[in-house]
Amino acid sequence: MWDWNYAFEVLPDIASALWVTISATLVGFVLALVVGLIWTLMIRSNNKIISNVADGIVKFIRNTPLLVQLYFIFYVFPQFGLSLEPFTAGVIGLGLHYSTYLSEVYRSGIESVGPGQWEVATALNFDTRKTWTRIILPQAIPPVLPVIGNYFITMFKETPLLSAITLVEILQTAQNIGAGTFRYTEPLTIVGVLFLLLSYPASVALRQLEIRVTERY
Amino acid sequence: MSFWELIVSLLGQGLVITLLTTVLAAILALVLGFIGGLMRLSKNKFIRFIVAIYVEVFRGTSLLVQLFWIYFVLPMFGLTMSALTAAVLAIGLNYGAYTSEVVRSGIQSVDKGQTEASIALNFTRVQRMRRIIIPQAFILMLPNLGNQLIELFKSTSLVALITLTDLTYQANVLNATTLQTTQIFTALLVIYFVIAWPMTKGMKMLERKMTEGRM
Repeated sequence: MWDWNYAFEVLPDIASALWVTISATLVGFVLALVVGLIWTLMIRSNNKIISNVADGIVKFIRNTPLLVQLYFIFYVFPQFGLSLEPFTAGVIGLGLHYSTYLSEVYRSGIESVGPGQWEVATALNFDTRKTWTRIILPQAIPPVLPVIGNYFITMFKETPLLSAITLVEILQTAQNIGAGTFRYTEPLTIVGVLFLLLSYPASVALRQLEIRVTERY
Repeated sequence: MSFWELIVSLLGQGLVITLLTTVLAAILALVLGFIGGLMRLSKNKFIRFIVAIYVEVFRGTSLLVQLFWIYFVLPMFGLTMSALTAAVLAIGLNYGAYTSEVVRSGIQSVDKGQTEASIALNFTRVQRMRRIIIPQAFILMLPNLGNQLIELFKSTSLVALITLTDLTYQANVLNATTLQTTQIFTALLVIYFVIAWPMTKGMKMLERKMTEGRM
């Protein structure tokens, strides 16, 4: 049933593919952080058209599956002359999908900043950029850091979806090994264990951060 | 095929499986979530420990990995099942773990005075839970449960990867035969959106209706 020798034999191959998984998570997460903030600012814009368009896009992305979005980016974009590597397509898909979730998180953070802070910024004659970077965001972001961290872990666990657009990450590596030997038990279990080993300590650390944050705010 | 024909063809072939998977997995997740959430609040340390393991394992690994594990690895141990059973089991177990946390925190956020009042009224533990705590906790859980239902619905697209013939799977088949890639995947996105969006709205309405005059 379970062969330790075989497990140790395939472990290095799977572990080395972990780098693809981790780098896809990191790049996708940075993209999600930036694009998410752009959505939030666009939705808050005074221009009705900008605000409605951004709101519509965010709703559409949130209400459709990531897997289908990945297919769309990977198979439809090339029809318009934009062929992307699996890694690039995957990272764009992940980043875009989670940017809509992060936009919601930013929104709740920004709304929790009191109206007095905006008035102070006006009183001090801060321009819009300075108001955001010096006053609002420094107060809006720290309280929502645990939630942002949670999305990072969620994204990490979603990366196996990238195997569907032929990216050879950790799950695809395990599949390939399984297809070659007809033994899926060890490779697939190793993938599960690796995910657990990485995401569990991260979520424990996040809970600590959450306790510290609730104490402060 | 025209865009409309594509939509009709996709719906005709894949909608039933997608919805069936969603409903069955949602029921399983809700049942597991309530059982898990209540067990998590048990006084017995061992029971709490068992549930904690279940929750951490299913939340800590990826749904797709769990799906593959159930579909490809369990048969090695003599447990062969259909793609639909594997899909419902994997999604139900995965979302059940998340739901149990929602149930736990919902029950814990019911005011302590309610428990005290029901003790004062000489309610038994079961009566207290069934008549006093859970009806109030359920309303607190609704927004989270609604969000999870939408997430669960979207996650059913993964079942295409274990050859269950849902909307996403049929789109891939159609794509291979007609090569109308742009229209097919656009149609697929639109279909998912048209189902998920009213679901989001519906959950919000249900939430408002349930909380009317209460909060």
